[in-house]
Amino acid sequence: MALLIEQVLNGVQSGVMLFLMAAGLTLIFGVMGLINLAHGSLYMVGAFAAAAVASATGSFLLALVAALAAAAAAGALVEVLVIRRLYARDHLDQVLATFALILIFSEGVRWIFGSFPLFLDIPAALSGPVMLGPITYSKYRLALIGIGLVVALGLFWLTQRTRIGVQIRAGEADREMIAALGVDIGRLYTFVFALGAALAGLAGALVGAIQSVQVGMGEPVLILAFVVIVIGGIGSIKGALVGALLVGLTDTLGGVALPAALSLVMDLSAAQATGAALAQVGIYVLMAAILFWRPRGLYGHG
Amino acid sequence: MAERWINAGLLAGLGLVALWAWAAGAPFTVTLATKVAILALAAAGLNLALGIGGLVSLGHAVFFGIGGYAMGVLASHAQAYDPIFTRPFVFEGTKSMPFIWLAAIAVGALAAWVIGRISLRTSGVYFIMITLAFGQMFYYLAISWPAYGGEDGLSIYVRNGFPGLDTLDPIQFFGICFAILLIVLWCMARIAASPFGLALNAARQAPTRVMASGIDPDRLRLWAFVVSGAVTGLAGALYADLNRFVSPTMFSWQVSGELIVLIILGGVGRLCGPVAGAALFVVLEQWLGGLSEYWQVFLGLLLLAVVLAGRGGIVGLLARVPSRG
Repeated sequence: MALLIEQVLNGVQSGVMLFLMAAGLTLIFGVMGLINLAHGSLYMVGAFAAAAVASATGSFLLALVAALAAAAAAGALVEVLVIRRLYARDHLDQVLATFALILIFSEGVRWIFGSFPLFLDIPAALSGPVMLGPITYSKYRLALIGIGLVVALGLFWLTQRTRIGVQIRAGEADREMIAALGVDIGRLYTFVFALGAALAGLAGALVGAIQSVQVGMGEPVLILAFVVIVIGGIGSIKGALVGALLVGLTDTLGGVALPAALSLVMDLSAAQATGAALAQVGIYVLMAAILFWRPRGLYGHG
Repeated sequence: MAERWINAGLLAGLGLVALWAWAAGAPFTVTLATKVAILALAAAGLNLALGIGGLVSLGHAVFFGIGGYAMGVLASHAQAYDPIFTRPFVFEGTKSMPFIWLAAIAVGALAAWVIGRISLRTSGVYFIMITLAFGQMFYYLAISWPAYGGEDGLSIYVRNGFPGLDTLDPIQFFGICFAILLIVLWCMARIAASPFGLALNAARQAPTRVMASGIDPDRLRLWAFVVSGAVTGLAGALYADLNRFVSPTMFSWQVSGELIVLIILGGVGRLCGPVAGAALFVVLEQWLGGLSEYWQVFLGLLLLAVVLAGRGGIVGLLARVPSRG
């Protein structure tokens, strides 16, 4: 039972981190109609910025600030230089141009930091376990769940309760109209893109402290985030949250249950490897099933 | 310049480079030319779905990898003298290329049919993401399959045989791949000019009008996707034979991305766009890769320039007519 609760918490933790990635992607797609493969690169930029600042200053908080700032700045720069030219293009051009950006970002970061992974330490205040009723759980992972939920609430507040949120939602519905009403649509787009980038960078830094910080770390997460927004429905933040939790839980619980089930029919180490990989397959089966049933995702419209 | 002369020049050029390298005693260059022919074949498969059908598949590595594994599974069982299964009938592996090709085409087409049935329920950006997700699914399936090497992949000691030829001789293996490329390109030209191809092209440009003519665009797209998967599967079997090695990286999403890149560099929807794109890609990989370990930065910048400046690709640039894309 304690193991089950712990694994559910792990699933929620990886789910909320996926949500940080997926929220940015879904906003960018919903508002600008852009499919951004380079979102994983911004995750990586955040993680590298955090690792570099943490090793220079020793402060985790400064590292997080650096991750947010570096990813937002990289996002704004890329938006102004490249992405802006892609809004009117078809999806194929968007896929290619952002694939090109992945190549540039990945190899550029490898050029600067080298091929070896960097390490980002969990801050002392958050390391070690915490008692949660009957079980002990990692304090840091619990903090990640908290941060993720706070960011989710913040995003709902931003999109539903503020003036800029009204503009974002109006931009999804009818971009010509809000431009005609005097909203500077170019600045709004840059803002949304930088916001999405900052969320991705934050996720990269936070997850980078549990895993290693290396080139190529962003793309597996990017693909999972795509699965999340396909499941949730493109453009829906609520869908992104639900989809992220579903994917996180499927991945984590499948990763425990499948090796256990397979160990009945094969030896333990083979069952571990096969089960963990099959749990990944389970995510895509979940996605295919949901799409077969609802081709626009759980909360998609149109 | 007329496009057909450019096509003839490109194909003749590829053949001549290989012959010249063989005569000059440069087997590595022959192998590079073989790689160009195989990548061009894989991209030619995708070009039918993407260029003519307008289906932006970011998961064509599935078919490339499946073709590779078809070869790997058949050949590894044959070299171990171990039948693949014995019930209900004995099914032996094989080291014979024609049988391996048939198997690769069949499993490629079957996978494309299943994936197409599910993915074509959606369109646009959903289609891109779903094909990408299927690519990842197969990637993890290949890793999780310990019987065939798991993450380490499968090696084949001797290249598979073709009746009457020594396939380990680089120029003879090039000849096989080049001949297949020519046959497939000829078929692609026939398909593009056939009623099916014309309707498929129309279904991309004006699906409503196609439906109004009593044709179901989704059926056309599914068939295009199946043929596309079969051709890319065949290319995967040849690619695995070229390297005598197959591993889950053939399924990786980068491969899917690179196949699209080949088409874009060459020219979308153009018959020999994949050949031009594959040649440029291999030349860049060798040349820039020799200059800098980080050559993909420059590939990325070049790709960005091609996309932002317009989509004719090399063939479009030479033909100086607007792209059909």
